[in-house]
Amino acid sequence: MSGSGRVLVVWCPDWSVVAALTEEGLSTAVPAAVLGRNVVEVCNDAARAEGVRRGMRRRDAQARCPELVLLDADPDRDARAFETVLGVVERLRPGVAPLRPGLMAVRAPTRFGGGEAHAAALYAEMLVEAGVWDVRIGIADDVFTAEQAARRAGVQAHEVVAAGGSSAYLRGLPVDALLADPEADELVSLLHRLGLRTLGELAELAPGDVSRRFGAYGLQVHRRVRGETAGPLAARTPPPELACEVAFEPPLDSVEAICFSVRTTAERFVAGLAERQLVGTAVRVEASCAGPRGEDVVVSSREWLHPRHFSARDLVDRVHWQLQGQAQGSVRSRRAVVAVTEPVTRVRFVPATAEPAAAHAEGLWGGGASELVERGMARVQALLGYDAVRVPVAQGGRTPAARQTSVPWGERSRVVRSPQQPWPGQIPGPAPARVFAEPLPGELIDHAGLPVEVDERGWVSAEPATVRVPDVGWLPVDAWAGPWPMDEAWWEETGSPLRRAARFQVVGVDGRAWLLASVDGGWWIEAGYD
Amino acid sequence: MFDHRGVSVPALAPASAPGSADDLVARLRQKVAALEGGPARLTVPTHPSLGGLVQLRAGAVYGVDSARLALLLMAGASAAGEWTAVVGWPDLGVEAAVELGVEPSRTVLVPEPADLWLEATAALVDVVRLVVLRPRTRVDARAASVVEARLRKRSAVLVVWGDWPRCEARLEVEESRWSGLDHGDGRLREQQVRVAVRRGAAPPRHGELQLGRAG
Repeated sequence: MSGSGRVLVVWCPDWSVVAALTEEGLSTAVPAAVLGRNVVEVCNDAARAEGVRRGMRRRDAQARCPELVLLDADPDRDARAFETVLGVVERLRPGVAPLRPGLMAVRAPTRFGGGEAHAAALYAEMLVEAGVWDVRIGIADDVFTAEQAARRAGVQAHEVVAAGGSSAYLRGLPVDALLADPEADELVSLLHRLGLRTLGELAELAPGDVSRRFGAYGLQVHRRVRGETAGPLAARTPPPELACEVAFEPPLDSVEAICFSVRTTAERFVAGLAERQLVGTAVRVEASCAGPRGEDVVVSSREWLHPRHFSARDLVDRVHWQLQGQAQGSVRSRRAVVAVTEPVTRVRFVPATAEPAAAHAEGLWGGGASELVERGMARVQALLGYDAVRVPVAQGGRTPAARQTSVPWGERSRVVRSPQQPWPGQIPGPAPARVFAEPLPGELIDHAGLPVEVDERGWVSAEPATVRVPDVGWLPVDAWAGPWPMDEAWWEETGSPLRRAARFQVVGVDGRAWLLASVDGGWWIEAGYD
Repeated sequence: MFDHRGVSVPALAPASAPGSADDLVARLRQKVAALEGGPARLTVPTHPSLGGLVQLRAGAVYGVDSARLALLLMAGASAAGEWTAVVGWPDLGVEAAVELGVEPSRTVLVPEPADLWLEATAALVDVVRLVVLRPRTRVDARAASVVEARLRKRSAVLVVWGDWPRCEARLEVEESRWSGLDHGDGRLREQQVRVAVRRGAAPPRHGELQLGRAG
């Protein structure tokens, strides 16, 4: 045991849900669950009140609670969001040990103010002020006991286990208290079946028996309950401040002047990373303007990615693109980069991803995008805008348009849907060479000159005879196949009622093949095969 | 840039085929010509299905009249490890390109270059081996000669789907037949294409291509 080792554990219950809801900008009071592989991983109290439980399937959870907010599991997001909590606690006392997202330990400040209870109340107050509502704090001689104490504390309250009282405290706990640890499911179930109800009963067993019957994890719990181990806290070093900023006095309103002035800051930023053998591969650029009461208001913030890593010059280019916005006009950018019109008071570079420089060293034989290609692309980007140069990505999906996407040059493609998985409803055979992002209006008529229609059972009203394709004109149909009924809402994301739709492949007499879709009696050209 | 495998051919397979020696001499002559600053006549990898019909040569412009032919020319170079770019073609079918052999990670798209398509093409010619261009408007001879000069300097290839004042060769689909479709039944399976390759005033060469995948 480390001499004065009183430990304070801060526990934020259901942290994944809190982090996800906060990022989505929703209230943390709505019933919500984080799902991984279609199964509820974590849910909050509001959802539990409706009967949602961990391990429940998505449809069962939704049946219990139709208004349940479903969120995707993302461990990175949980850790990132927890960083602010760590920062708040670190402000009062360094030496914080993050145990996992939602749980951290810190040496209890015994001589602080009115003692442990007072310190716990202060932490709770600071965290609530930082926007974390559900905080529970436990204080004990070791981390394990403090964690158990925190789990028994009320919202924003604390529980203190007196010095030397850990073992007695733990012995009184039911074995279900272990369940908070995801590893413990099997052990708890086994203990129940063996008739062991409290941790005290487990502690009575001989260590050899525990090791043989319950494995390493069981032995670990056994030792802790007997008060044998209390490893020192693995406290972290607070992360260095790598962000750099420059303030303009008086504020600047010309993009050229700003870019000229941020050059030295950009160099300082890159040098600051290099000092720690790091390079930035993703950087957030923030620009502020003077607010109504003279304070700085961030008016433009965007994260930029780089195919390799940022140099000072690249950063200046990004500032230029970001502040200029889409001044060049109509082309490109679905992403809203708002052109800054007011005078800028401050520009700030924040490293979003910093990686070891060694991982980005030049390969002896080259590799990836060569420097030449990259410089050329930077030139085209400077000419047309960052989003105008793209890299194609093939992905999974049912329609030809859903099976492809593109990302700006330099950004990593995130394939959300694997093209290898089967996609029922997908049209087999050779893929179309032209895929229209917006389908073109077309027509398909029968021998009598009436539009071909498809009824709800998939019957085609008449044999298609003539097809009209924009820019090609009317063509007699040589061959056709279909209909393939469509289940998805066609080109409509606004939740409109599902419309009757079906796909056809049609070959004109000129030998060109097209993919047509019939939606509510109208015809659309979705893709061309040659 | 130099094909080292070509040099090692006689060492590995001494005179196995009667034509290989002549072939090697022709290739070596070509390299010597390139080194002497003669016209850059280096070849650019071409899709095997176009073998015997057309061989892409660095510094030249090729015209095509269909999306699939443009993708086919692009696929040959891309599959051989070259970088390729596509300018002004927003409705490119990525999956079809991948099926033909295009490597997406070595492909750059400039789908909407607006009025700057010629500038974008010229900038891309500097860094990639093959650029596919769908011109928005007619290209005048002066602008074309600027791009062609840059192509020769950089040993790149331009494939134009549309009009271009002077093409080294133009590939046109004379006849296309899709198999697999019946009246209401089946699905598209394979495309049989008859391609005509025109070079200047010479009579066109014809070839049959099997496109699309059976399956």
